[in-house]
Amino acid sequence: MNYKGATGVHRNNTEKTSVKFCEILWLNYRTLCQFSGYNMKLLFEFVIFPGFIFTALAGMIVSWIDRKVTARVQWRQGPPFLQPLYDFVKLLGKETIVPLSANSLVFLLAPLLAIAATTVASLILWKAIINPQSLFVGDLIVVIYLLALTPIAVILGASSSGNPIASLAASREMKLYLSYELPFIFSILVPVVKLQTIKLGEIITSQQLSGVVFNSFSGAVAFIVFLLTIQAKLGLVPFDMAEAETEIAGGVFIEYSGVPLAIHKLNRIMLLFVIPVFAAVLFFGGKLWSIIAVLVLIILIRNTNPRVRIDQAVKFFWRSCLIFSVFAIVLALIGY
Amino acid sequence: MPASLKIKALTKSIWVFHLACSPCNNCDIEILDVLTPRYDVERFGIQLVGSVRHADALLVTGMVGRKVVDRVKRIYEQAPKPCVVIAVGGCACSEGIFRDSYNACGPLDKIIPVNAYIPGCPPKPEAIIMSVVKLIKALKGEK
Repeated sequence: MNYKGATGVHRNNTEKTSVKFCEILWLNYRTLCQFSGYNMKLLFEFVIFPGFIFTALAGMIVSWIDRKVTARVQWRQGPPFLQPLYDFVKLLGKETIVPLSANSLVFLLAPLLAIAATTVASLILWKAIINPQSLFVGDLIVVIYLLALTPIAVILGASSSGNPIASLAASREMKLYLSYELPFIFSILVPVVKLQTIKLGEIITSQQLSGVVFNSFSGAVAFIVFLLTIQAKLGLVPFDMAEAETEIAGGVFIEYSGVPLAIHKLNRIMLLFVIPVFAAVLFFGGKLWSIIAVLVLIILIRNTNPRVRIDQAVKFFWRSCLIFSVFAIVLALIGY
Repeated sequence: MPASLKIKALTKSIWVFHLACSPCNNCDIEILDVLTPRYDVERFGIQLVGSVRHADALLVTGMVGRKVVDRVKRIYEQAPKPCVVIAVGGCACSEGIFRDSYNACGPLDKIIPVNAYIPGCPPKPEAIIMSVVKLIKALKGEK
């Protein structure tokens, strides 16, 4: 399959030469190893458990469940168990193309920024679940900021690619982000108000002692708002207008190929695992069955709804979701 | 990455990009039929993608008219390699009934390299799946 230049059209007319992306990654890894002599445990936690590899593998399983359930809903067989892994490995083996019009540094670094932020978010959440005393006060706020980095990285990558459709998709992603972020944070405030803490470990332990937040009226309302906003955060139907394969051809990822696309897709897969864990920590005290329940709800919402327009999404989040989340905070403040 | 692993992963997860070069749309409808739940090609990891940058296979339909010939070349160059090209339908394989048309620049293999041909006007979904299976076998080096 070596047809490079076979058509007589110069490749250089449309794109720069391929970048050895793996080499950059390998260099980073080696520098990281040199610093790790004095802190092997931290490196282990970041890279293997509960950091990158654990989150990636769990995310692949979750993504397979998502695709399989979607297939069963549509009355078909669905992909094999290793399908997310095949997709990832295949993308690693493909050519990486950087468009001539792109800012190549931002274009290639954006997926790395996203995946690093998601890995750290997963690390903080799992450390809080495994040992509630281990972290610092305010780690909840750190997780919120880390989860906000993925849409920012996606917007950066899309708008640096120099493709008009990608810039359209980036503007959609930006509007969507601005609309869902406020209800998202307000619904997180309800467990904070009810449990009087911003430490994830204390959120988990006090829910184990005195019942989960979801059992109260305000907690249930906040959980519903949270569920709707994470649908947009994960870029799933009905709020996948930034990616919309059928209308804007992959949207924010349109110019990505090869390794950067693999990292972007892996980041989406990891988020599909990290965000249900976050929901389980906030509203159910980090119980395993609640992670699965949140995941099932996400998949069901995704499979039973059409894609909405961006203006409908903004209206939906700013009117209904924002009002309900403020209502939930007021209820929590007066003790319901 | 070893080439055998590359080929294995590629044949397990083929993302197809649908490229219509002045077709009459019959082949396109058959391609859409292949992607419906009835035939369920996601079982084999085959997915339709919206952007040519994500594509592993180009499904090209139609006799290639004067208007699209430059675009076909350009889209083929934009696809990240390794990438295979499949000519779907009689027109893409041999120009079909448009053979003597003033507008025809085809057939497709005069313009870009083609890995598989699916004749038929239009080919049945079963024929398309069979050709993809044969193509996967050829990529793996089997007979």
